[in-house]
Amino acid sequence: MRLIGHVAVNVFKESVRDKILYNLVAFAVLLIAVSYLLGQLTAGQDIKIIKDLGLAAIASFGRLIAVFIGIGLVWKEIERRSIYSLLSKPIRRHEFLLGKYAGLALTLFVNVAVMTAAFYTLLAYLNTQFPEAVRASWPAPATDPGMLRAIALIFLELLLITAVALFFSTFSSPFLSAALTCGLWVIGHFNSDLQSFETVVDSPAAAYLARALYYVLPNFAAFDIKAQAVYALPVPGFYMVVTSAYAFVYIALLLTTAAVIFSKRDFK
Amino acid sequence: MSAPVVALVIVLMGGVVGLQALHECGGGPPASTTANILYVRSPEAVKRLALSYESLLADVYWIRAVQHYGMTKLSTDPAKGYDLLYPLLDLTTSLDPRFNVAYSFGSIFLAEPPPGGPGRADLAVALLEKGLQAQPERWELAQSIGFVHYWWRQDYGEAAAWFARAAVFPGAPDWMGPLAATTLAEGGNRESSRQLWQQVARDAEDEWYRNEAGRRLLQLDAMDQRDVLQQAVSAFQQREGRLPSGWDDLRGAGYLQGIPVDPAGAPYRLDSGIVGLDAASPLGPLPRGLAPVL
Repeated sequence: MRLIGHVAVNVFKESVRDKILYNLVAFAVLLIAVSYLLGQLTAGQDIKIIKDLGLAAIASFGRLIAVFIGIGLVWKEIERRSIYSLLSKPIRRHEFLLGKYAGLALTLFVNVAVMTAAFYTLLAYLNTQFPEAVRASWPAPATDPGMLRAIALIFLELLLITAVALFFSTFSSPFLSAALTCGLWVIGHFNSDLQSFETVVDSPAAAYLARALYYVLPNFAAFDIKAQAVYALPVPGFYMVVTSAYAFVYIALLLTTAAVIFSKRDFK
Repeated sequence: MSAPVVALVIVLMGGVVGLQALHECGGGPPASTTANILYVRSPEAVKRLALSYESLLADVYWIRAVQHYGMTKLSTDPAKGYDLLYPLLDLTTSLDPRFNVAYSFGSIFLAEPPPGGPGRADLAVALLEKGLQAQPERWELAQSIGFVHYWWRQDYGEAAAWFARAAVFPGAPDWMGPLAATTLAEGGNRESSRQLWQQVARDAEDEWYRNEAGRRLLQLDAMDQRDVLQQAVSAFQQREGRLPSGWDDLRGAGYLQGIPVDPAGAPYRLDSGIVGLDAASPLGPLPRGLAPVL
């Protein structure tokens, strides 16, 4: 556990030193600020649009970090040949892999936290710019803490994407890993179509296959409650618990498989 | 950075700014003949393509709808086409079925008669009914449907039926029931219309909607003023045996003290004995029907 912690802290430090990471955070903060200007282009609903844009920006920049840093976690060590010296130390391969994952998870947590803080600061400022009568017409207060539920699920989605990226990076090239991760993320949003595939095909075999894929492939759509958060619609606690459990179990599955593949990999 | 490099950067930046200014002087790129295009019109397809960005995409389509409406309304093209307005609103509300402003403002945009809008009260009702399907608990949508029937279709029976329907929704205001009764009894009466818009001006959640109600009230005032001026024209014609050639004739005959202006400050026009709003008046076109209280 201590070794995993050491690797994780090093990954985090490396990420912090990484200029791309800084740029992404700065850009996300900038985008949230620009959302204020965007609100001026429309008639009404400024706060709703800013909330939509802020949540989408947090998710998008987190995904970019999760995919493009995630695929490089293992690959960079192999490319630099530092993997030989690392694995010659008293650290097991799965500890190395889990440490890498935990490091990026920590980086993502800090990023999401910074973006969330910037988002709420902007909303708190905008809240002061509207008269009471206008504020009363909003479906939820500008700084509604209920949005944190949506951000929590975004963070879990990012953890799952990172696990997918890390899994692919244990046996394929960075480009292929990125393509496969993005592809799986897109497919993960069509999960409900796989569920009802029998309504559009006649073949029972195809319907069974689609049904099987529906259960096996990651359901990324389940993590999207942004609209509910913006309109302050109720999200049952049970849904949050089940979705969180789903993320943790899926991440455990991916990391276990990745560790098995990585432990058998020949680096010669 | 060394001094020559800094100087080079400054010179290049100056060049960029200068060339941009030259662009500005030249009026920008040649006018494009490309029509406004909506590449994907199917709400189902857009919903699928949106992945997890439905709400954000709905915002983008809403902004496009507002810009399309505003730019078309302000354009000098005599054949103003609001062709994309309904598809854009349909996409917006399909992506985000709770986008209430898109229903309320969108129905006003759609129902507004030309040249201020496409004059499609039928589409306005369709949009609002779609909203009511998505949110069967919102009395405001039922009230808005009643409004469209009242104000733009002059179908007071249908309007009263919708107001009565809105009145039984949970949370509907107390005045909704009496409004239905008044509409049925006195529909088309200018005074009842005034009461309707005064209610909106008081209760509307959004500033734009309140302003719109204010504009409608000014239109009703303008209709009253126009009737008074038209009476003056008739009186002049009876006395002089001819139509007045302009406001000066009426002023000279003592019917007016000056050039009459509408509640928005634009002068009224007098053409062949018919009093009307100036083309530049923000109150035009005035609604049809709505008889004065006798």
